[in-house]
Amino acid sequence: MNQPVDLSNSLPDANGLFGRFGGRFVAETLMPLILELQDEYATAKNDPEFQRQLAYFQGDYVGRPSPLYFAERLTEHFGGASIYLKREELNHTGAHKINNCIGQVLLAKQMGKKRIIAETGAGMHGVATATVAARFGLPCVIYMGTTDIERQQTNVFRMKLLGAEIIPVTSGTGTLKDAMNEALRDWVTNVDDTFYIIGTVAGPHPYPAMVRDFQAVIGHETRNQMLEKHGRLPDSLVACVGGGSNAIGLFHPFLDDPDVKMIGVEAGGKGVKSGHHAASLNGGTPGVLHGNRTYLLQNEDGQITDAHSISAGLDYPGIGPEHAWLHEQKRVEYVSATDEEALEAFQVCCRQEGIIPALETAHALAEVAKRAPSLPREHLMVVNLSGRGDKDMMSVAHHLGDKFGVKQL
Amino acid sequence: MSAIQETVMNNTSRLESCFAELKQQNRPALVSYLTAGDPEAETSRRLLHGLPNAGVDIIELGMPFSDPMADGPAIQKAALRALNNGQTQAKTLEMVRRFREENSTTPIVLMGYYNPIFCYGVDRFLADASSAGVDGLIVVDLPPEHDEELCQPAAQHGIDFIRLATPTTDAKRLPKVLANASGFIYYVSVAGVTGGSAPTPERLESSVAQLRQNTDLPIAVGFGIRTAEQAATIGRYSDAVVVGSALVDCIEHANTPNEAVERVHSLVSELAESVRACREVSEPQVC
Ligand SMILES: Cc1ncc(COP(=O)(O)O)c(C=O)c1O
Repeated sequence: MNQPVDLSNSLPDANGLFGRFGGRFVAETLMPLILELQDEYATAKNDPEFQRQLAYFQGDYVGRPSPLYFAERLTEHFGGASIYLKREELNHTGAHKINNCIGQVLLAKQMGKKRIIAETGAGMHGVATATVAARFGLPCVIYMGTTDIERQQTNVFRMKLLGAEIIPVTSGTGTLKDAMNEALRDWVTNVDDTFYIIGTVAGPHPYPAMVRDFQAVIGHETRNQMLEKHGRLPDSLVACVGGGSNAIGLFHPFLDDPDVKMIGVEAGGKGVKSGHHAASLNGGTPGVLHGNRTYLLQNEDGQITDAHSISAGLDYPGIGPEHAWLHEQKRVEYVSATDEEALEAFQVCCRQEGIIPALETAHALAEVAKRAPSLPREHLMVVNLSGRGDKDMMSVAHHLGDKFGVKQL
Repeated sequence: MSAIQETVMNNTSRLESCFAELKQQNRPALVSYLTAGDPEAETSRRLLHGLPNAGVDIIELGMPFSDPMADGPAIQKAALRALNNGQTQAKTLEMVRRFREENSTTPIVLMGYYNPIFCYGVDRFLADASSAGVDGLIVVDLPPEHDEELCQPAAQHGIDFIRLATPTTDAKRLPKVLANASGFIYYVSVAGVTGGSAPTPERLESSVAQLRQNTDLPIAVGFGIRTAEQAATIGRYSDAVVVGSALVDCIEHANTPNEAVERVHSLVSELAESVRACREVSEPQVC
């Protein structure tokens, strides 16, 4: 592949742009704060004390590094590529989300903020945020759509146990985008004392870059672990993409390695052609939402349309701007997996590896199922096992309960 | 003066004439906000056409958006009512065109979010808006950092780009906010969304005074203004008072289209009377 070098370090530019994507499309009230955050983050990035604290919490609190595990049975099952799972589900709170939350809460402390807010879809980011807020003694308010509250009740309870206040969001479809609107409204109203921990590589600059940097620990570790195991880089990387934080975290440290192929898997819902999906790159067009320009699900009048996915964490009508750019650069291939394919891969992972993955993660595994069989055993494929599936038991029982003689949880 | 401001000011705009005349009358402008297409097209048209007679000096017309991040519940619901009844960007521009057939003086400012404009196509939007008779734009999610997107092209079409200054706009930030501003400056009285809490009077007056030291443009104040009393107090020292959510609430609470029109126009009349009288009293505090 003939890619420009230094894809990874040069972007975003000073205005937060990845090519034509990204930016700072926010209300003026938020601009001074966003500029301040940008400065604070730039300082923290080069501050050895901040980095020391970050490393400490990533290690002793989150449990990093997460293993890079050779999935022998899954490899045998598909009969092709050697499949490695980057075990982000073993992190404290059960997903990659906490990598970012630890970084942002440290920044919030540094900036003297007194209150934490966040949006959540699947509830994993909400749980991770509530967790770090508890750990750092900050009051925490989580916005969550009513549809998601319904399908992720375990996580709602977890957040409450951790001391967070959950505010149900009824507007729109009651999913992630509506929760984000409401969190932005809270932020603009409480701009003086509140830190908004955005859960994915979306939002206005500096969030997409900052969240990416905090998640890039996934890719850095993977790189070292693979070099240790095989003395070479992996051949392909696969991750599911909602907003895109677990994917960019894995991909980013490899962007300048042209031989490493990267595949992002969007939620195909009932199929991209059906119109009921959450695949912004495969089924959307460029637009501006939640502070950045990216690909969106929208009608021709620029009204955002509803996303659909079996997985609450992927049920978002946009995608991080860096992914939009990597898509147009053709550096990363973006595909989609349907609800049904994800459910199938979910079960295969349970049965073959004894690992219950999150439904989000199951989308990445569905792509592995399509791709791995035709590849040789020497092909080293890394899948980001972004989260564990305990939170999804209710949804899965709803879809598969009959098969197991379980009616309801 | 920047080249952009010059382009705009070559021929006198409706906004300039409006503010010049009100200055002579020594009173602030009453600016109304309604969402285009709320609750549906025909009632929205009647609402719009009746505003000047009811006493509105400048019309803000909202372009509904599915995800109005800077708006509170009242205007969110207005946008949904409009969109559910089929409102589009094209229909909003058509509303302005029809209004202009019978009114050539009252300035109209379109207010909204960038995405529907971006999707319509910036050049096509500006051309259509200009020929429909739109005077200005307020686009909430386009800070000066993105002036090349719409603010600068708008100037070339003779459309003012009205900038928002807010309680968080400090001395360091203000020059950037004012740089390409034209038409008037919209001072957002509270950090928050539309329809929220009322501004604190003392702090507001000093903020407006400070703003005035830095710009010759008229200063409008909006967000959280609901009553004739508030409008009068703020109208003493500002050049315009914006009322939105209170009007939009009238539409939500009306049982019939006729009732919506009556309620909105009667609140407008009340507000209009109040801003017309607010600088007349000799003892300003009583006002
Ligand atoms: C386990 C898991 N994976 C993936 C995602 C999707 O987010 P992102 O694309 O930002 O990684 C989520 C979001 O909730 C999640 O919980």
